[in-house]
Amino acid sequence: MFRTLLAKEFREQWRTWKMIVFLAVFLITGIISPVLAKYTPELLKMIPNLPAGLANIIPTPTLADSVAQYLKNTEQFGILLVILLTMGVMAQEKERGTAAMLLTKPVSRSAVVLAKWLAGMSIVVAGLIADGLACLAYTAVLFEPIPFGAFWALNLLLLVYLGVYLTVALMASTLARTQTIAAVGAFGGLIVLAILGSIPRLSDYMPGQLVNWGNSLVLKGDANAWPALIVSAGIIVLALVIACLRFEREEI
Amino acid sequence: MIRIENFIKTYGSVRALDSLSLNVEPGVVYGFLGPNGAGKTTCMRILAGLARPDSGRAWILDKEIGQPGSDIRSLIGVLPEEPAFYGWMTPREYLRDFIAPLYNIHGQVAAKRADELLEIVDLKDAGNRRISGFSRGMRQRMGLAQALVHQPPVLLLDEPVSALDPAGRKEVLDLIETLRGQTTILLSTHILADVERVCDVVGIIAKGRLIVQDRRDDLLARYVTPLFEIEADEGFGHWLEWVEKQPFVTNVSVSSHLARVLVKDVHTAQKVLLESLAKESLSVRRFEMIHPSLEDVFLRLTEKEA
Repeated sequence: MFRTLLAKEFREQWRTWKMIVFLAVFLITGIISPVLAKYTPELLKMIPNLPAGLANIIPTPTLADSVAQYLKNTEQFGILLVILLTMGVMAQEKERGTAAMLLTKPVSRSAVVLAKWLAGMSIVVAGLIADGLACLAYTAVLFEPIPFGAFWALNLLLLVYLGVYLTVALMASTLARTQTIAAVGAFGGLIVLAILGSIPRLSDYMPGQLVNWGNSLVLKGDANAWPALIVSAGIIVLALVIACLRFEREEI
Repeated sequence: MIRIENFIKTYGSVRALDSLSLNVEPGVVYGFLGPNGAGKTTCMRILAGLARPDSGRAWILDKEIGQPGSDIRSLIGVLPEEPAFYGWMTPREYLRDFIAPLYNIHGQVAAKRADELLEIVDLKDAGNRRISGFSRGMRQRMGLAQALVHQPPVLLLDEPVSALDPAGRKEVLDLIETLRGQTTILLSTHILADVERVCDVVGIIAKGRLIVQDRRDDLLARYVTPLFEIEADEGFGHWLEWVEKQPFVTNVSVSSHLARVLVKDVHTAQKVLLESLAKESLSVRRFEMIHPSLEDVFLRLTEKEA
């Protein structure tokens, strides 16, 4: 039964172009990040009438710039894409009546939620692989090879990071009865996490630290963010449990 | 087969179901009748597992609904009032790859069943078209097909023909008739002619309560007062005063050149009324005994309830 629900989710992502758009954006992000890191200083130097001496202080780009661009772009586009991908998935089913059709069949309501979550996470994994491979290749050509293991560890942390936003958006979608309310809930979650992440002491425990940790891993720094990883995993589990419990009890 | 005991369901200050109890025998087509807002859909939704009653219990094939470990959903096929589908799917995919596997029907068996159902609901030619382009009637037929995938012993059909054109309605009603005897069908509708055509038993619900339940013919015999309609070109004159005094007449109403005479005894009325009209030399254009209609029963009972 779960396989059928999951297969339907994948097929829906494919047929409605969500998968293609998602993968394309991630792939472009992976290509463009090292390219921007490499050529932005070059482009700046080409600005006519640049004040004397300014060209000399623009630093020569390095591997660290490529990784920083990759993290920044993947974080920004990733969050936006996972929220857009996920915020309507449950609310839409309820609003359009397809949930009512489905739930008269012998399916577990939690399985419906979990299938949507797993399908969403799978597309994020695929997106990060496309993103990462492109970044690895272009960075190797334009700079030097990125440490392979550390780079994929960084991507695992990005997966958890994006997973937090995806699961919060899924929870908002499950709690809402309409897509509009789901969208407000999903972006509300984004704002709450951003605010909490900007509070000095609290920020060490927030998912945003995972990105810094990933950066440090690749650049052989000694920073880590285990508390943030544990909190992020906790948010994912909690949001999933709330979504499942809510949907189990909801009248459709 | 389907037994409901004292369903109560309240939404805010509105009591949608008010101690509703009913019993549907195996193999019958049960017409669930009621005006809009009477509670039919709420009752269907509870039976289908989409909502919970505030109190009351129900059983389908002796399995109590809503109890842990007693999932009745594989025993029922449900057609909601407005069936909704994934527009990006084709009907064949929906039935073969999505609905059938949910009932553990896979592979060739699922493909064969999907083709059979598409044939039955006359959607074979549209089997590979996206559902998003379907008319409401096509969706309704598709809804019936998905309810029948696992050949359930019980079907819950909420307004199954309301969106169909006359030809589509006939096809679906014919299909329902073919299921009579092998499948127990609870069919809610407001189209009384359809109930008269296919239902064996009729339950009338108003304000969340079942006000009557009986076999269709018994209900008609019990509640329908025989009625004669008489049309005369030049009015009825003194004949009306005379006919009102007759012991077999219960009520007379006149509008323009049409008199409607409600009677207790059809045979006496038929004979005496015709004789009296001839005696009065009235120019009668039409003299007709109106066929007892379920609509009359429905209106009488629901208006009384209101």
